[in-house]
Amino acid sequence: MFLHTLNTRGLRSQLKDSVPVAGLCPQGTYGVQDTLRGGFTSVKNELLPSHPLELSEKNFKLNQEKMNLSTLRNIQGLHAPLKLQMEYRAARQIQRLPFLQSSNLAVDTLQGSDEYIGFEDILNDPAQSEMMGEPHIMVEYKLGLL
Amino acid sequence: MALSTVLETPVAGFDFENAARNAALEGLLEKGQAPKPLKTGTTIAGVVFKDGVVLGADTRATSSEVVADKMCAKIHYIAPNIYCCGAGTAADTEKTTDLLSSNLTIFSLNSGRNPRVVMAINILQDMLYRYKGHIGANLILGGVDCTGNHLYTVGPYGSVNKVPYLSMGSGDLAALGILEDRFKSDMQLEEAKDLVRDAIHAGIMCDLGSGNNIDICLTRRKGNTSTVQAQHQF
Repeated sequence: MFLHTLNTRGLRSQLKDSVPVAGLCPQGTYGVQDTLRGGFTSVKNELLPSHPLELSEKNFKLNQEKMNLSTLRNIQGLHAPLKLQMEYRAARQIQRLPFLQSSNLAVDTLQGSDEYIGFEDILNDPAQSEMMGEPHIMVEYKLGLL
Repeated sequence: MALSTVLETPVAGFDFENAARNAALEGLLEKGQAPKPLKTGTTIAGVVFKDGVVLGADTRATSSEVVADKMCAKIHYIAPNIYCCGAGTAADTEKTTDLLSSNLTIFSLNSGRNPRVVMAINILQDMLYRYKGHIGANLILGGVDCTGNHLYTVGPYGSVNKVPYLSMGSGDLAALGILEDRFKSDMQLEEAKDLVRDAIHAGIMCDLGSGNNIDICLTRRKGNTSTVQAQHQF
């Protein structure tokens, strides 16, 4: 049984061009805006990023990867990024159940981030996040049953 | 996809969810001012001499008009042969140099080689350019490696300059006057040390944000190895 649907679209489609809009998909439980944690809603606040770095940080890894792979394609031909991306997609499927934190060892090794310490290793580490998704719902969502 | 009960795992790295809240708060607080981060208001200087590089810094850290730290260490260790002075926001310079030092240590463990100063500069430049100046770190990096003695400066937006002598921080103009007057290439050790000490001294005398003591750090080559020594004056 596939735990992941294969995403055959390219890197370009994974880029996020905007932050999510509040009115359409509220972030609290039961689909209602959580005023205590999130404050009052305002469409303007949700449409425009509140910090100049927010958008560029969201897309940073993807953009870097895109640039590197396209340079590699120009230098070595199509086979090089093709093989690398094939390995990356295979490695990305080695995961634990969705509500648990995976070590991502294979992905880290392929991308070289096992030898590099950046802010993403120190700040907001998902392994130490204080919230956990509800196990049954997360698995059902992953299997596409929800 | 935002189904109300499905949790999206937080992305690692910087989290901007409080930026909108801070902007709203700034309008509500009296005088509309958020608490200021601790800046160093500094004089730092560096000089390349015959056998290596001398770096100097004052030791005062200010928080607006109050002296927050009288013995602040502004000379940071990067590698056994590379040291860095930091001006700007204190936390930013600390963290950036820590990350740089860790990455260079990983590299030297992996490859068995001493890191070069250009590597440190490239890592810093990439990191600071990525954050478009929001990380307020003005750094002077000096070190000795197999290719010679080098002194570089990195600005908060990622600009890099390779120079034989340099000063940064709020007291840089005063220190630069002394450096411009007395710098010669291929100086001896004592001459270079005195020059840096006098430059920092000028910065301390002419700038309110610098003061207290002077830290001097020597990175030099002795045969094939480089030695480092830090001393306080005053």
